[in-house]
Amino acid sequence: MTKPDFETPELTLTQDVPAVQPGAMEHSKPFVAKAAHQEALGFPGELVDNWKEVALDKMSDLLKTYRSLPVFLDSCVKCGACTDKCHYYLGTGDPKNMPVARQDLLRSVYRRYFTVAGKFLPKLVGAKDLTEEVLEDWYKYYHQCSECRRCSVYCPYGIDTAEITMAGREILASVGIGQKYSNEIIGKVHKIGNNLGLPKPALADTLDGLEEEVKEDIGVDVKFPLDQSGADVLVIVPSADFFAEPHVDGLIGYAKVFHQSGISWTLSSYASEAANFGIFVGNYENMQKVAERIRTAAMELGVKRIVVGECGHAWRVAYSFWNTLIGPFDFLDPKFPIPQHVCEFTNDLLSQHILRLDAEANDDKIVTFHDSCNVSRGSRMGNQPGGQFIIPRQLLRAACNNFVDMSPETTHEHTFCCGGGGGLLTDDLLELRVKGASPRMNALQRVIEDEGVTHMAAICAICKSQFSKVLPFYGMGMDMIVSLHQLVGDALVLDNGH
Amino acid sequence: MGIIFSVLFYAASVLFVVALGRRIFKYATTPAPLVIPTTPAPMTWLGVIGRMLREVVFFESLFKGNKWTWLFGWLFHFGMLIVLVEHLRYVSEPVWFWVASIQWLGPYGGMAMFVGLAGLWVRRLVVDRVRYISVLSDHLMLGLMVAIVGSGLVMVYVFPTDIVMVKSFMLGLIKFDWQPLPSDPPVVVHLVLTLVLMIIFPFSKLLHAPGVFFSPTRNMRDNPRERRHTTGWRSDAHPEK
Repeated sequence: MTKPDFETPELTLTQDVPAVQPGAMEHSKPFVAKAAHQEALGFPGELVDNWKEVALDKMSDLLKTYRSLPVFLDSCVKCGACTDKCHYYLGTGDPKNMPVARQDLLRSVYRRYFTVAGKFLPKLVGAKDLTEEVLEDWYKYYHQCSECRRCSVYCPYGIDTAEITMAGREILASVGIGQKYSNEIIGKVHKIGNNLGLPKPALADTLDGLEEEVKEDIGVDVKFPLDQSGADVLVIVPSADFFAEPHVDGLIGYAKVFHQSGISWTLSSYASEAANFGIFVGNYENMQKVAERIRTAAMELGVKRIVVGECGHAWRVAYSFWNTLIGPFDFLDPKFPIPQHVCEFTNDLLSQHILRLDAEANDDKIVTFHDSCNVSRGSRMGNQPGGQFIIPRQLLRAACNNFVDMSPETTHEHTFCCGGGGGLLTDDLLELRVKGASPRMNALQRVIEDEGVTHMAAICAICKSQFSKVLPFYGMGMDMIVSLHQLVGDALVLDNGH
Repeated sequence: MGIIFSVLFYAASVLFVVALGRRIFKYATTPAPLVIPTTPAPMTWLGVIGRMLREVVFFESLFKGNKWTWLFGWLFHFGMLIVLVEHLRYVSEPVWFWVASIQWLGPYGGMAMFVGLAGLWVRRLVVDRVRYISVLSDHLMLGLMVAIVGSGLVMVYVFPTDIVMVKSFMLGLIKFDWQPLPSDPPVVVHLVLTLVLMIIFPFSKLLHAPGVFFSPTRNMRDNPRERRHTTGWRSDAHPEK
């Protein structure tokens, strides 16, 4: 690792709130998308001449199509309840990373052009003209929000900064300033079907390799079927599961579960991506287009069910938005949840005693669980509110004898984002990612010291990649982070006794 | 004096009702295209009503967020509720029994408002994060409320005004039979500033009052798998398949 040009925050065990340090992260901004990456998504390639007009038109448009925007922009009373809730503020002290201040970047322009008070008395109400400096601030600070919704938990009006960030990014992309990382990835999904640009032959090859690996490892013919028409279940996983560590161990875990359940399943080469970065850039059409591939694949393969692998924002899109985006799912079996999370799937099989877990297999570990932001605050599992917290823990307790939770103000609905969500999982934002991870690292360090925790399980591809990268900055091993289904897979009792 | 105030009262009331009504109409008619409740969220309308009640009665989310802001905010708002009910005696004749029965609470409500406002203002000035996000209008709004509450308390404890005359003025407004108003400074200040408050209400952050009811993260059900939610856009980007 090359020496970074920033300092990793000190671990303090308890979460202190930093003093306001204006401009602390003013230098942080991701690479801007090239023309080709913009145009592939239907956005202009570079800053348009009449950008101000286009931006205000877009804002006007969004104000008419998303109720959240006028309500959120009008309602904030600046009470300050959110100011110490964002992991990026806690990690950086930059006041523009306080949720309300992040919203104010857009709110001040909204007031200037769309409200009576701001038109006539701009100074009084903090209204601002839309200038290139404002646009620059939008680009910087709307890419220092991971759309994790933690602020929305504490806001007396439920103002969700993620909605504001999405609107900000959509306006930026519409005038020609998109983010390279997200837009390039969305383009790959449109063209090839997954974030990595992995074509079918490469994917088939990878899956063959996994079959061999598992066979060598445990002597069981666990299959990783691809494009198998007539299978019962289409499994949609984040493409990182195909080869990134520790993701791939999760994929092996799902495969073992399917193998042991006897339920036929398949992956799809056309829809080989659960992730949907359309949500990150706030653009409905792109989000829908990405999701559409899954509907198409499910229909063509003739499956009865869709199960989604471990990926946080993907689960939010699948659970909360798919039915709107690509529904109705009248061609699937209504006896099962549509879509179903792989944790729900495994949990159901466990409760029906179709699977058996031998927790001793993980006795060498003391495990904690990182609730992923999008799963926690933007979705559900099971049939009761909060099932998204209960089911993964049930699985972990079944798969491990040693499970401990981190402190309650950092778990469940209060969970901290890993620091890499929302389209920020890119090395041009490394400083932000490391600093933004500090609240989670503090809570983790505490259970390491108090409980001897050795591993942290996650159910999100972004969390897993992010932690692998940032754990070493905090003096922890990158292999501390594991897939939940790796632990399940390791504890699963297969027919041959493994 | 009575006539000028009567005209101002009508003007402010019309503006308040029309402008606020337009804003509420805008909130009510703008679609919420995607299911975005902050989860865990209730799955039924009954559950949503419960969540909303906890939010507007107990300030549940704010309680999770910041105990001091919650305490001062709650004192202020519930002091205000008491004072508003207490003030209904100026527009009811004979005074409704439930209004009469809480009259003794009125001054305490006023004091709770005062303490709440003072606490919120101190936070705004002292906590660096809250100071950073405050603009002039945030301070002026607190000043306005403090002046309204203060002038009210002054009338209760220091310079009592002719409240029989105030009541006949208020009843006169309702019956379009305009009556004179006492010209003591506290009552004039109290009423002028209340009119100012009514006028700025629909154009300011006071819109949080109707806004909270339309907040999609609080008023949507968590049932996207069970029931298909549609965008509500006139030109739906995705045709039914």
